[in-house]
Amino acid sequence: MTRKYLFAGFGGQGLLFSGKVLAYKGLIEDKNVSWLPSYGPEMRGGTASCGVTISDGPIGAPIVLEPDVLVAMNLPSLDKYEEKVVPGGYIFVDSSLIERKVKRSDVKVFYVPATKLAGENGSSALANMILVGKLLKELGDYNADSVDKALGKCISARHADMLELNRRMMEIGRDF
Amino acid sequence: MAVVFDRPHALLDVPFHYCPGCTHGIVHRLVAEVIDELGIEGKTVGIAPVGCSVMAYDYFACDMIEAAHGRAPAVATGVKRAYPNDLIVFTYQGDGDLASIGTAETVHAAARNENITVIFINNAIYGMTGGQMAPTSLPGQVTQTSPYGRDPKACGYPVKICEMLSELEGPEYLERVTVNSVKNVMNAKKAIKKAFQNQIDGKGFSLIEVVSSCPTNWGMTPKDALKWIDDHMLPYYPLGVYKDRSAGIDKFAKKEG
Amino acid sequence: MSEKVLMKGNEAIAEAAILAGCRHYFGYPITPQTEIAAYMAKRMPKIGGTFLQAESEIAAINMVYGVASAGKRVMTSSSSPGISLKGEGISYLAGTDLPAVIVNAQRGGPGLGGIQPSQSDYFQATRGGGHGDYHIIVLAPSSVQEMAQLTIKAFELADEYLMPAMILADGTTGQMMEPVSFDFEIKEPPAKPWATTGTKGERRHNIANSLYLDPEKLERINNERFARYEIIKEKEQLAEEYLTEDAEIVVTGFGIAARIARNAVDEARAQGIKAGLIRPITLWPFPDKVYKKALKTAKRFISVELSMGQMIEDVKLATECKVPVSLCYRVGGMIPTPAQVLEAIKQAAKEVK
Repeated sequence: MTRKYLFAGFGGQGLLFSGKVLAYKGLIEDKNVSWLPSYGPEMRGGTASCGVTISDGPIGAPIVLEPDVLVAMNLPSLDKYEEKVVPGGYIFVDSSLIERKVKRSDVKVFYVPATKLAGENGSSALANMILVGKLLKELGDYNADSVDKALGKCISARHADMLELNRRMMEIGRDF
Repeated sequence: MAVVFDRPHALLDVPFHYCPGCTHGIVHRLVAEVIDELGIEGKTVGIAPVGCSVMAYDYFACDMIEAAHGRAPAVATGVKRAYPNDLIVFTYQGDGDLASIGTAETVHAAARNENITVIFINNAIYGMTGGQMAPTSLPGQVTQTSPYGRDPKACGYPVKICEMLSELEGPEYLERVTVNSVKNVMNAKKAIKKAFQNQIDGKGFSLIEVVSSCPTNWGMTPKDALKWIDDHMLPYYPLGVYKDRSAGIDKFAKKEG
Repeated sequence: MSEKVLMKGNEAIAEAAILAGCRHYFGYPITPQTEIAAYMAKRMPKIGGTFLQAESEIAAINMVYGVASAGKRVMTSSSSPGISLKGEGISYLAGTDLPAVIVNAQRGGPGLGGIQPSQSDYFQATRGGGHGDYHIIVLAPSSVQEMAQLTIKAFELADEYLMPAMILADGTTGQMMEPVSFDFEIKEPPAKPWATTGTKGERRHNIANSLYLDPEKLERINNERFARYEIIKEKEQLAEEYLTEDAEIVVTGFGIAARIARNAVDEARAQGIKAGLIRPITLWPFPDKVYKKALKTAKRFISVELSMGQMIEDVKLATECKVPVSLCYRVGGMIPTPAQVLEAIKQAAKEVK
């Protein structure tokens, strides 16, 4: 099975990082993974995106054009990518930043006020991790052990407090 | 019979291709004598430029590299960084090479205080290509590409390398010498020796600008060319030490207060 | 370090270079390859190596020339406009028979172009890029693992054949992260008795030089160099063949284009079209043998490129135009989609029926 994820939003929302955690989790679970960011000036405050592909077989194009899973963290991203999601796919919306509803009816949609929840729990900059927790849960893919290992790969041991906070955010998402 | 004058060991027994009266021969000899006296031939690598001295690699007995036009300081940087403690690296460059096409490489090697020695031959003309205007050609100087004399309004002013580089924090030692008299040749040798010694001592970037003659392209006899240095070149390019950081000399240092 | 880590392609190149014994790197910032410089800047001082941000790409390649003359493994990297500036130095390296590794993370052109991925420096890379008759070895990775593996191979080939070798990557392969293992066996670099490391009073001087004013000598040296190129063409061709055994429609592309084409080939097979893929790994030498082999069943070739059609010329040469070769492309930083390639395959299938 191959699953393509697209994280989209503003630069600075941690989209690349959440993609990396997801990719590392795949790697830890012995899958083939590929992670591709948008790059250039848009990384600095404009719209940014990051595509992750996780597969049991070899991965062809690493570019995510038609995601199975979209995580939208601002309105322009939802506007741009909503139509691209494959039928039967998933859309996760940060409802504290995006007011409108998803128009499509052939995808599964989850509204999570991630930025608000993250702010209430210590850092609004970690809304991304709440959404990752939620998507893993809804995809039936939340494996606490590999999540922990993936976080360990992405956050240096010197920042144990950050690691703990990220884990908590993922759990908040999982339990939302 | 006692030998009173011989070829330095660091020069190979190969006839120079230089024109009669050209001062490249003198400067080659000075560099070779210094290499002999410092006993560094076996660990010296020279970088030849593009220009009249392009074939310097055939004359020096040490290992030699031929660089692209103007790039000798960058090539020297590579060699020196590869063997910072084991090799002595010098470049030998003309004015077109060092002060025109290679200005950036010259300035930045100096700014980095790269531990290399640069021998800069300034004869105010492109010799190899047949006498075109150089970055250091004097105002009014007639060349093939300034047939009515260099007009600063159209072609700009000559580049004064020692003055320019001495504004940088980087370089260790900058001196301008000439080789148009016995006394000046002796001074030039002293400066060149110091420029190599600085490198041995790890002091950094040393550049010796040698005001030289080009009788062929200046259209003069060798003797008149040497006199032309005194009359025209030196007033524009004053001799002297422009920077010697270890000795506290900085000709253009801003006065306190 | 056999454990797989997630790494960007650019970083994998840098780490592999260090593993290969490269201790000298010279660069100049340009998107999208600056991660290589950043990685080297961090690592080199800790392992006694040199990282130097040069004043220009021109200076950087000439510093490379200096280290290569002195016989040590050395690398530089840049992206398209910067590689043009290095062209002079690459020609000198080739003319002096010096080994060095150059990375080009291609971006759209010409001119300043853009910063998104491209493959439009194919001609520049495979024909030499600078002035004079020469080639450089050109390797085209299509995954992060290959970025690492081919970097090591580039150093080995450069040393073996005394010539520059280039990693021809692009913005995508440089920026993407994939698992990579650095479990490589690194061969000792060969002895370099020609290097300018000082005579130590024990031998006649070595000269690193590309100037030969005697035309007869220069002709002889060019002929000798090209005789060496023939050996490389014979021995060093590399390509991946995917489902080509019975393929009637052979799609071909390198680097990121091949990854996209592979998806389309899978989809075409699922639809009953006999499609296959040839992915050249060496672009110079061009792997013409696998194309000739594919001619047994191929009725049509499709070259997938992020250029206006450059590699397609080598495909036509390799197949001697025995069957039609068409082009499927996007440029300017745009990337062909698997759907676009699939359309081209279906069109070709219709035409050969």
